[in-house]
Amino acid sequence: MDSNGGRVDELLTELQSLKDSKLDIEARISVLEAQLQQIQSNQKPSSDCSSEFGHDLTPDMIYRYSRQLLLPSFGVQGQSNLLKSSILVIGAGGLGSPALLYLAACGVGRLGMVDHDVVELNNLHRQIIHGEAYIGRSKVESAAAACRSINSTIEIMEHREALRTSNALEIVSKYDIVVDATDNAPSRYMISDCCVLLGKPLVSGAALGLEGQLAVYNYNGGPCYRCLFPTPPPTTACQRCSDSGVLGVVPGVIGCLQALEAIKVASLVGEPLSGRMLLFDALSARIRIVKIRGRSSQCEACGENATLTREEFQHFDYEKFTQSPLSAAPLKLKLLTTDSRISSKEYDEVVKNGEAHILIDVRPSHHYKIVSLPKSTNIPLANLEDRLPEISSELKSKGIYVVCRRGNDSQRAVQLLHKKGFTSAKDIVGGLESWAHDVDQRFPTY
Amino acid sequence: MVKIVTLLPAQHLPRFKTCTCYQFYSYLASSKILICIFSLKCSGGLELLCDSVKIHSINVDLPAEEKKLTMKHLLAWVRSNLIKERPEMFMKGDTVRPGVLVLVNDCDWELSGQLDTTLEDKDVIVFISTLHGG
Ligand SMILES: [Zn+2]
Repeated sequence: MDSNGGRVDELLTELQSLKDSKLDIEARISVLEAQLQQIQSNQKPSSDCSSEFGHDLTPDMIYRYSRQLLLPSFGVQGQSNLLKSSILVIGAGGLGSPALLYLAACGVGRLGMVDHDVVELNNLHRQIIHGEAYIGRSKVESAAAACRSINSTIEIMEHREALRTSNALEIVSKYDIVVDATDNAPSRYMISDCCVLLGKPLVSGAALGLEGQLAVYNYNGGPCYRCLFPTPPPTTACQRCSDSGVLGVVPGVIGCLQALEAIKVASLVGEPLSGRMLLFDALSARIRIVKIRGRSSQCEACGENATLTREEFQHFDYEKFTQSPLSAAPLKLKLLTTDSRISSKEYDEVVKNGEAHILIDVRPSHHYKIVSLPKSTNIPLANLEDRLPEISSELKSKGIYVVCRRGNDSQRAVQLLHKKGFTSAKDIVGGLESWAHDVDQRFPTY
Repeated sequence: MVKIVTLLPAQHLPRFKTCTCYQFYSYLASSKILICIFSLKCSGGLELLCDSVKIHSINVDLPAEEKKLTMKHLLAWVRSNLIKERPEMFMKGDTVRPGVLVLVNDCDWELSGQLDTTLEDKDVIVFISTLHGG
């Protein structure tokens, strides 16, 4: 047994180190290829090309982009505009993945990407630009390698950092067009304001659950994001994919449409989705396009008396403005005193000592179906108050413990129980995530 | 997620029958029975507020002293009749909360007068909750 275990560890270590070096080599290859391409294209007498064919596309470009050149409404002019353009994609996640792949493939001259996250296993169902080999590594590193492998002839810029008010102006100013593929409210306001200050068109997409939304802001006198949403929504109305779920293909659809709108703006072809908004409902297979207001003269960012300056922008607290964090880190509430809480390890002792108790799992029932602790009773927080009468006799005679996914709702539930007279109720700190981390490593997390 | 609210002037109430989503579309198609009907669709999580019921078929009385139904009446009515929990997720004061777009006939209500927008037969009202995920 021991020797087997040792051998397995040895193999795993060697595999991992080989995989790491493979990735490094591949990344190095694509960088070198890009450099070679750069040198070769510089050496080519480009003036000859333009005189020869009447435009600035090289023979390689003509062949690579031929199917786009064959489109009468796109053609050489559209492709040529695209090759001269630069596009920044903010967020290399569910929306950014397809957007980046298509923008790299179609021949955007310079493609930038910003993200500070690392690739995780539970990203892969929707963030299709990343593969298993990149788990634990930078999303930008992974996305850049994927884009280079599709098209080594374009310039790819990596920004492995979070977009903040301190670096946004500098980064965004290097590009013609911005694609907002982020996942939170403060980033959306920050990016829109930044685009207004720098006069950049903004292709904004969002997706959650089975729905998506898309609009082009700050384009040709059209509205900005703040014209439409001058006041941020309450935080309770800002759901996250990590809490509410998302079907992978839904951000995929919206990300593709973002690439399309960015291509239209960059190539000066067609009619971008400005002053309009596209609403996608995956479940009923419906896409609606609705007319939205124009630029608001009262808008604080782009209106007639707008006072927003670069200086102000750099000191504006978007997290405070929207009451929600820029990063995707889940909320950690502290509503209860320590004597009303126990750790997952302490709860494990309660179970092992055979103490009589009831464990209430207050997650929604569709969470409970994914995974639950044995002998727990599922009463979702939303129904707890209504269902107290049916369990109150049991609650009175036993210890009460409350658990949820991360330890926020369990605190809310214990507060409610205390208010209703069940003063012995305690919650499990950190919820099932801490159970999986500290007690039973085989317990699934999601 | 299609939710339909039928809104009829009081004098038309006796002629009204509850209507489902499919009936609504066939009403639209046939056009002769259209007395009609506002459709209210919610998306972006707003459906959770309406008890997860996908289709509502409801009559609304025009306030006695009023001649025309406005968005203001409609919102007050939606608040007291349709929203089952956490009204603050839908409304703030007498208007919708920040982050909700109101569309009258696929058009931003800013363009038609917001709360003063008058509603007529066959108008379609949609509430959109802005999404931030990605
Ligand atoms: Zn504006």
